[in-house]
Amino acid sequence: MIEIFGVPLQALLGQLLVGLINGSFYAVLSLGLAIIFGLLNIINFTHGAQYMMGAFLAWIGLTKFGLPYWAALVVVPLLVGALGMVIERTMLKRLYHLDHLYGLLLTFGLALVIEGFFFNEYGSSGQSYDVPDALTGGTHLGFIFLPNYRAWVVVASLAVCIATWFLIERSSLGAYLRAGTENPKLLQAFGVNVPLLITLTYGFGVALAAFAGVLAAPVFQVSPDMGAKLIIVVFAVVVIGGMGSILGSIVTGLGLGLIEGLAKVYFPEFSATIIFLIMVIVLLVRPAGLFGRVR
Amino acid sequence: MRAVQVLMGAATLAFAAAAQAQISNDVVKIGVLTDLSGPYSDLAGTGSVEAVKMAVEDFGGKVLGKPIEVVAADHQNKGDIAANKAREWFDRGNVDMIIDLTTSSTALAVMKVAKEKNRISIVSGAASTKITNEDCTDTNVHWTYDTRSLAEGTGRAVVKQGGDTWFFLTADYAFGHSLEKDTSEVVTAAGGKVLGSVRHPFPGQDFSSFLLKAQASGAKVIGLANAGTDAQNSIKQAAEFGITPKQKLAGLLLFINDIHTVGLKAAQDLYVTESFYWDRDDASRAWSKRFFDRQKRMPNMVQAGNYSAVGHYLNAVKAAGTDDAAKVMAKMKATPVNDMFTKDGRIRADGLHVHDVYLFQVKKPAEAKGPWDYYKLVQTVPGDQAFTPLAQSRCPLVKK
Repeated sequence: MIEIFGVPLQALLGQLLVGLINGSFYAVLSLGLAIIFGLLNIINFTHGAQYMMGAFLAWIGLTKFGLPYWAALVVVPLLVGALGMVIERTMLKRLYHLDHLYGLLLTFGLALVIEGFFFNEYGSSGQSYDVPDALTGGTHLGFIFLPNYRAWVVVASLAVCIATWFLIERSSLGAYLRAGTENPKLLQAFGVNVPLLITLTYGFGVALAAFAGVLAAPVFQVSPDMGAKLIIVVFAVVVIGGMGSILGSIVTGLGLGLIEGLAKVYFPEFSATIIFLIMVIVLLVRPAGLFGRVR
Repeated sequence: MRAVQVLMGAATLAFAAAAQAQISNDVVKIGVLTDLSGPYSDLAGTGSVEAVKMAVEDFGGKVLGKPIEVVAADHQNKGDIAANKAREWFDRGNVDMIIDLTTSSTALAVMKVAKEKNRISIVSGAASTKITNEDCTDTNVHWTYDTRSLAEGTGRAVVKQGGDTWFFLTADYAFGHSLEKDTSEVVTAAGGKVLGSVRHPFPGQDFSSFLLKAQASGAKVIGLANAGTDAQNSIKQAAEFGITPKQKLAGLLLFINDIHTVGLKAAQDLYVTESFYWDRDDASRAWSKRFFDRQKRMPNMVQAGNYSAVGHYLNAVKAAGTDDAAKVMAKMKATPVNDMFTKDGRIRADGLHVHDVYLFQVKKPAEAKGPWDYYKLVQTVPGDQAFTPLAQSRCPLVKK
C-alpha cells in the first residue's frame, strides 16, 4: 500500500474528500460575506447567526409545518434574506457614512440578540434534522464510504458559488452592482435606484448564509451556537481570500477546507489553528489577501 | 385573667426565640446555582430549579415550623461569578445551602466559599473527582456522579460485554483528557486494549475526519471523551458515515437529553452510564411523570439528583432540629439515602455520595414504545465498585 508521510494513500484521499465537503460550507458562507463587504463596505458579523437561522427555520418548517427539505432549500433563504433586507433598511442604512467599526458593532450586537432568542426558545442541546429520503445512504468509493448527502452538499455549494460569480462578474446586473460600489452618485445620476440595489445585495448575501444553514441542518446538530462556532473561521477565509473578492472567497474556502483536512490527518490538535496561521502569513506577505486589490 | 394572658404572651415569645436559635433568620433558604442560559442549561437549568422546588413542596414547604424558600441564579459556567453569587447569598441573602453547581469550575469555587461561611454545598451537576479528593470540604456533598463512576460503568462493563478494543475521540481540553485517561485505565485493567486516540479541537462541528481515523483503527468500541453538541455531532456523523453499527460507540458523558435530541436512529446501540433513569422502577416513574407534567421533558440524573439531595437535606434539618451546617451534615452522613433516586445510598467522610450506577444501551427505534423510552439496562454497577474506594481517597478528611 502506498503511504504518504506514514499515512496510507487511501486514508489520505478520504480525508481530503471530507476537507472538500467542509470547504464547500466555507465557500458559500465566505461568498456571502465577501459580497456584502465588497458592495456595502459592511463587515457582517450577523452572518453566523443568519446561517444558524437558516438551519433553524428549516427545522421549524419541517417539524411544525411539514415543509420538506427541498422546499426549505428555496423558501428559507428567501425568508431570512427578507429579514436581512429589513435589517438593512431600518438599521444598517444609517451607518454607511461612518467608520467600518460601527457596522461591525451593530451586526455583532444583532448576532448576540438573535442567538439569545433561539437559546431562550429552543434550549441549548440542539435539534436533529434527518437527511432527506432521496439522499440517505451512501456510495463506497473504495477509499471511503461517501454519504450521498455529503456529495450533494459539494455539488449544491459549487453550483451556487459558480452561479453567483457569474451573476456578479459577468451579467449586466452585476455590472450595475460593481458600478454602484465604485461611484454610487454617478450611477444614481443614470437613473438607477442605488439604495434598492444595496438592499437587494445585502438580502442576497444573507440568503446565501441561510442557504448554507439549510444545507448544514442534516449534517450538524441544529443549535443556537452553530453559527458562532463557524463564523470566525469564515472570516479568516475572507481575509485570506481578500476582503470583497468574489472569486477569492470561493477558491480560498475550498482550498482551506482541503488544508484543514490534511491538518486533521497529520496534526489533529492543530487543525483549528492552521487557518489562522495561514491568515497571519498571508497578511504579512500580501496584506490585501490572495485575490484582493489594494484600494 | 390578665396575668394569664401576659404569661402566655411571654411563653410564645420565649418559644419563638428558642426556635430562632435553631433556624437562622427564621427561614431555610436553598439557592440553586446553575447554568440558566448557556450550553448546559438544558441538562441542568430550569429543570434543576423545578426539581428543587418539587422537593420543597413534597416536604410540605415548612421545616421545624419555618418556611423553606428557593432562590435561583445563573452562574454562566464561570467560577468567579459563581463564587461571588454564593458569597452574596450567604452574607446577605440568608441562604443556608447551595445546590446543583453544574461544571467543575463553579463547583470547586462555591465549595470553598461554603466552607469559609460554614454553610452547606451540594454538587449534583459537576463530574471532577477533585471535589471529593484534593479539594474536599466537610461542608460539601458530591451527589450524583463523577468521572470515575462514568469511566468505571462504561469502561469495565463494556469490556465485559466483549468490547475489548478501544479508540478514543477526545475533546482537546482538561475534561476530555481526564475522561480519556480514567477510562483507558479502567479498560486496560479489565483486560481490554486501547488502540489509540485522536484529539479534536474544542468546540468542533465536523467530526468525520476523526471518525474515519477511529474507523481505520478497527477498534470494536469508539469512546466519546467529549460532551454536549460535540458528542451529539459525533454520534450523528458516525451513523452518517456507516461507522455505526459495525463499531459501537460508548458515550463517556452523555445525558438522556443528548439521546433525545440526536434521536434513536443515530444513537441506537450506544453505551452510556447514568446514575438515574426515569423508567427504572415505580418510584422513579411516578416522580418523573410529575416532573414531565411540569417541564414537558423527562428528568436526567442531575435534576433527579437535585430532588433527592434536597429531600435528604431537609430531613436532616428536621432530625437535627437546626439548620446549623455541622449538625445537619452529621445527620446527612449518618442517615442512608432511600428515595426514587437510589436505594441505600451513603455519604462518606470525604463527602462522596456512594450509590449504584447503571450501564445502559440505547434502544433501536423499533424497540422504543414512545418518546423518552430510550434505554435498556445492561448492568447495575454497585456503588462500591463504581466510585473510588475510601481507602484510595486523597481527601485530607479521611482518617487512615
